[in-house]
Amino acid sequence: MTLALFFQYLFAGISYGVIYAVVAIGFNIIYNTTGIINFAQGEFVMLGGMISISLLHFFPLPVAIALAVVITMLVGALIEIVFIRWLDRPSVLRMIIITIGLSILIREAALHIWGDSIRSLPYFVGNELTTVSFGPVRISPQVFWVVGVCGITVVGLSLFFKLTSVGREMRACSANRTAAILCGINTRNMVTLSFMLSAGIGALAGCVMSPITYTQYDSGTSLAIKGFTVAILGGLGNSMGAVAAGILLGIIEAFSVAFVPLAFQDAISITILLIILFVRPNGIFGSSDAARLKEF
Amino acid sequence: MRDSKLLKIALLIALVIGIQAVTTVTGTQYYLTQLTMSAYYALLVIGLAVVMGYAGQISLGHAGFFAIGGYLSAALTTHNLVGLQANPVIHGLGNLGMLVSGQDIYGEQLLVVTPWAACIFAVLMAAIIALVIGIPVLKLKGHYLAMATLGFGIIIYRIGLATEYFGEADGISEVPGFTLLPAIGSFGPISVSGDFGLRVENYYVAWGLLVIGLWLLLNLIDSRVGRALRAIHGSEEAAEAIGINTAGFKLKVFVLSAVYAAFAGVFLTHYNGGIGPSEASVMKSVRYVALVAVGGMANVWGTLIMGVGLTFLSLRGVFGSYDDAVFGAILIVVMLFAPDGILSMNVKALFAGRRTTDEH
Repeated sequence: MTLALFFQYLFAGISYGVIYAVVAIGFNIIYNTTGIINFAQGEFVMLGGMISISLLHFFPLPVAIALAVVITMLVGALIEIVFIRWLDRPSVLRMIIITIGLSILIREAALHIWGDSIRSLPYFVGNELTTVSFGPVRISPQVFWVVGVCGITVVGLSLFFKLTSVGREMRACSANRTAAILCGINTRNMVTLSFMLSAGIGALAGCVMSPITYTQYDSGTSLAIKGFTVAILGGLGNSMGAVAAGILLGIIEAFSVAFVPLAFQDAISITILLIILFVRPNGIFGSSDAARLKEF
Repeated sequence: MRDSKLLKIALLIALVIGIQAVTTVTGTQYYLTQLTMSAYYALLVIGLAVVMGYAGQISLGHAGFFAIGGYLSAALTTHNLVGLQANPVIHGLGNLGMLVSGQDIYGEQLLVVTPWAACIFAVLMAAIIALVIGIPVLKLKGHYLAMATLGFGIIIYRIGLATEYFGEADGISEVPGFTLLPAIGSFGPISVSGDFGLRVENYYVAWGLLVIGLWLLLNLIDSRVGRALRAIHGSEEAAEAIGINTAGFKLKVFVLSAVYAAFAGVFLTHYNGGIGPSEASVMKSVRYVALVAVGGMANVWGTLIMGVGLTFLSLRGVFGSYDDAVFGAILIVVMLFAPDGILSMNVKALFAGRRTTDEH
């Protein structure tokens, strides 16, 4: 493997990896406030891509993306309010099945709205042949968009959780729900907000990745599994762990192209997921003490 | 208890015979085709009902076990082994009477594994894989268990889709019929195949298998194993504390359900004359979970009724292009409003006049 090729793979891996990380953080946000793993997380990513592609007929690209993110956030809020808000302490099994049902409904709705053709947003800068050269290494500018947007999202989220009062209330809600209620925090609204945030960042990731990976009505499932793998790998609920784990998985996948047939690409992340679940379910960066506190 | 179980099974058998009689009289025997297929799917679903309802473990990978059964038996009974005759393993199989030779449509010599041997091998493989996967997977709980079984299902799907031996995206077609019993005297052979002339016979084979499977499961539920499983579902810690080997029971039921799924896969593949990767897809696994949920989790009869009924409607194409969406909606509606299943909700509301209790 030449050095140039090595860097090509590396950058491809990083750009996929940050997307996985953002999907994983979407899982984490909802998990932290509710203890639910939202199996429809990948569908938010798909919705973001699809809606922005449709809106592009009427608006310039930045506006289309912004509107797509807002609309997906509203979908997220709607889902929480209609299907989850009024359930009284539902069991984990029940929540798993409901969110799986939701993911199917969203996917089927997308199939009926947009059909089964593969779509994509145009490259934000230039086209698929445009590259930025670093000596022998050529990188598509879209990679920088992906890494940049995802990076800003992650930093912005952590600032939001640390500095704003709403962010602090959400953290309080995840640390101890009863205590949060006693402090006068409206935990139900916090849960709705967590669905909106999670849908929003998923949609944003769906938009920036669309030029590279394309968008199809069923592209959510495999992303959800990879995102979940990353969330587990980084320790469920741990966003910084998710970033590291996401980039790690992205790089492993990118380099595996050289050794593993393309058809088995998805199987790599699943195999990693299974191994991690069997060997170290708290993730590489997670602590077993913290994991024990959470309800599974 | 025992009498009511026998009575219910007798009623079911009478119903099965009655439906066949009605279709013959009214000339609507084409319904039997979908009823036969529904029976095989229902076999898988009642097995899954025991895993989910009694042992309290979710499995989003049961289409994988169905596919292991179907694909293995299809590949073994279809792929020509003539070129491998010199291989000692193949030679040994031949000496044991496990191979059958014939001619394909071009007159070339054909040597394949007999359906019986292939069936036994396929079901055994499914059981072994369930055992190997089950030991680590069943230690997991909740989301982790769901994702791990989902991951298993996807790996099986990918293997089917990417392996030349299993026909890649096309799957395996032209799978021969499965002769269960050779011809005895004037009695013709009993064979599982999609031949139109054998429609009635196949209907009874499928429902016979389903009734036997149902009978075994009901007995299992009424036995010590069933009580242990209910204890596990109620509280795993409490069950463990009173000396129940929870891990062992969960594993046994998981393997048993995989065997049911594999049998369903083997028979349905011979009946359809082929199998494709869609049989292993995640959506199929989710559909089986939906059928168990709508049947009421720990309710084998409810699952049987819903499994046969909804699968029949789906196979008849009643839901059109909204097929998958219907099952998604079923999942949500059942879990939101009737976590104990549609049937139990109706019965309780009608007869007892009290609201369904929240889940245990």
